[in-house]
Amino acid sequence: MEHSGISVLFQGRNFVRLLGGLWTSVWIAALALVFGLLLGALIGLLRTSKSKLLRAIFRIYLEFFRIVPTVVLLFLFYYILPRQVGINWPGSVMATIAFALWVSAEFSDIVRGALISVPKVQQESGLALGLSKWQLFIYVLLPQAFQLELPATINLATRVIKTTSLLMMISVMDLINVGQQIIEANNQSHPTAVFWIYGLIFLLYFIVDYPLSLWSKKVARRNQN
Amino acid sequence: MAEPILTVKNLSKSYGEQQVLHDINFSLQKGEVMTMLGPSGIGKSTLLRCLNGLEDFQTGELVFEGQTVKADNANWQQLRQKIGMVFQSYDLFPNMTVLQNITLAPVKVQKKSKAEAEQAARQLLKRVQLSDYANSYPRELSGGQKQRIAIARALAMHPDLMLFDEVTASLDPEMVRSVLDLIKELSEQDNMTMIIVTHEMNFARQIADQVLFLDQGTILEQTAGKDFFTNPQTQRAKDFLASMDF
Amino acid sequence: MDWQIIQQSLPQFAQGFRETLWLSLVGILGAMVVGLCCSLIQYFKVPVARQLVSVYVELFRNTPLLIQLFFLYYAFPVMGLKMSAVTCGIIGLIFLGGAYMAEGFTGGFDGVSKTQVDSGRALGMSNWQLARYIVFPQGFSLSVPSLAANIIFLIKETSIFSVIAIPELTNTALDLIGLYYRSNEYLFVLVIAYAIILIPLSLLLTWLEKRVRYGTFGD
Ligand SMILES: Nc1ncnc2c1ncn2[C@@H]1O[C@H](COP(=O)(O)OP(=O)(O)OP(=O)(O)O)[C@@H](O)[C@H]1O
Ligand SMILES: [Mg+2]
Repeated sequence: MEHSGISVLFQGRNFVRLLGGLWTSVWIAALALVFGLLLGALIGLLRTSKSKLLRAIFRIYLEFFRIVPTVVLLFLFYYILPRQVGINWPGSVMATIAFALWVSAEFSDIVRGALISVPKVQQESGLALGLSKWQLFIYVLLPQAFQLELPATINLATRVIKTTSLLMMISVMDLINVGQQIIEANNQSHPTAVFWIYGLIFLLYFIVDYPLSLWSKKVARRNQN
Repeated sequence: MAEPILTVKNLSKSYGEQQVLHDINFSLQKGEVMTMLGPSGIGKSTLLRCLNGLEDFQTGELVFEGQTVKADNANWQQLRQKIGMVFQSYDLFPNMTVLQNITLAPVKVQKKSKAEAEQAARQLLKRVQLSDYANSYPRELSGGQKQRIAIARALAMHPDLMLFDEVTASLDPEMVRSVLDLIKELSEQDNMTMIIVTHEMNFARQIADQVLFLDQGTILEQTAGKDFFTNPQTQRAKDFLASMDF
Repeated sequence: MDWQIIQQSLPQFAQGFRETLWLSLVGILGAMVVGLCCSLIQYFKVPVARQLVSVYVELFRNTPLLIQLFFLYYAFPVMGLKMSAVTCGIIGLIFLGGAYMAEGFTGGFDGVSKTQVDSGRALGMSNWQLARYIVFPQGFSLSVPSLAANIIFLIKETSIFSVIAIPELTNTALDLIGLYYRSNEYLFVLVIAYAIILIPLSLLLTWLEKRVRYGTFGD
């Protein structure tokens, strides 16, 4: 091993390129989360509505996303949308939409769970104070629900970030795709580069996700007391 | 006077920085009933839990049946077989039947045969008037019934000392009677030595041979007999009795 | 949608279906064993091993399976350890799942109320007896919901095996799409295939959760 593979990491612009790939992944995750959480909050609210039909529709919506693996979801958007609906956006946009819908489904269940778990007494004591239904929702239910479900929401975020690793499968220039390109370019001269590049990518994902996991655990522990 | 069954000497206990028990001293004769009274949050449960090692303490020692016990060098597991404890929340094991709840420790800890333990358990069930419930699960019992089973479970170990921590506090009023009667009977018929934390003042007055009044983690009054109720010495105790309104 | 195309692809999908099933089964069982061992180490606070376990759990829970697989499949050979794709897949799934299952078991053990443990202790039970008769039985039933969620999760994760060309369901579909360009049909079959596995299974697990919970806690 005359050329140690680790040098590949710092050759030329390789490291910057990898960080660029990470940026793409994080960016897609962030957008998907923002849209997904907003849509999910709305759907979650609708899932507590009185309309049976509405509840059934969104229940099916949720179950669909629960059953279909995310890889498959990505392919559904990547292959089917362009052909059936005729839209031809880049993979990154498709992925963002797919992730956002997935997040909205998962989050709708979190929101619904939170809303129905706020004790009825709380609701009634709010109403007894003369709050309107809407005020009750904003001032009483939402803050409690938020606190209660923050850990699950953070966990959802870490899952979305991990799932961005699948972006390479629909040829988005994400962290892993960039890594693969660098490995291929250096395979001849530095056969051990693959070890260092994938090692670094592994570490980068960990560095992004681990603080979030810690945060989620901390909030969960605080909620218990 | 005979050697006391339990002596507590200079016991102090802190949770981190916060000291909750200050230099506790008292002793208890065999067959005696001590009631421990005092406002909420002043360390009664903590003291009780120190006596069987569920909480450790920083300084002081116990002498139990002639054996000196310090927090760090005690064989608590051995001692606990002689010191029964019943909690406010009953805490029957939900995954076991009533009979299994009672026989678990005699069989596993004291290595009694299953048949022997079961026979003793049925005896105890008869005693707490719940013979019909041997094979029921705790979920099928009322609060008062659960608490009587919890007492039976502790008695199955043949303890020499029983600790009761507000055992009626989470019961409906009509359930309280049956549990208190059982405790009274233990004292009168079995001459059981007991330390009882309770907010039931009438009961405390009836049963107490000795009253310990605690405030802020110290013993404010220690009174033999029932004098505490008729003739409290400190203003704190007077206020406390007045607030209990019995 | 061309039904004939679907029909012709069914034998291949059946093959992929079996592959997904057995890989999942092995992965889940392995993950349960690894997870249980890890959580026991944590419960009994075994020195050193306990720190190793928590590093392992955090590393695997906070990184994607895909990169774990790439590492096993592409990076290990240059270090002199070459394994088949299927071996890599199974190892990856077991270790990923082990980390999740460990969390599940540990969460259950931690969830057993302190007062239950206290009352066992007050009866003179040893640490081992407390674990054996109180913490484990109650902890297991508390962890069932999270174990069930992990089972579903792991089955879905097998779809990622397609990146190292293990011929499970997703890989089968992708191959077929690559060959015949009929994405609608093949993706449709793919979704149905996952539904056939996951819908009955999640119903079964929900039923089991209720049963176990009632059996242990009566509610
Ligand atoms: N695990 C703990 N960690 C820190 N502080 C504690 C802990 N347990 C109890 N305390 C504190 O110790 C003090 C005494 O508590 P304890 O439960 O012994 O009171 P108590 O007299 O039994 O009250 P009550 O009548 O309400 O049961 C309280 O101020 C409480 O906040
Ligand atoms: Mg108390």
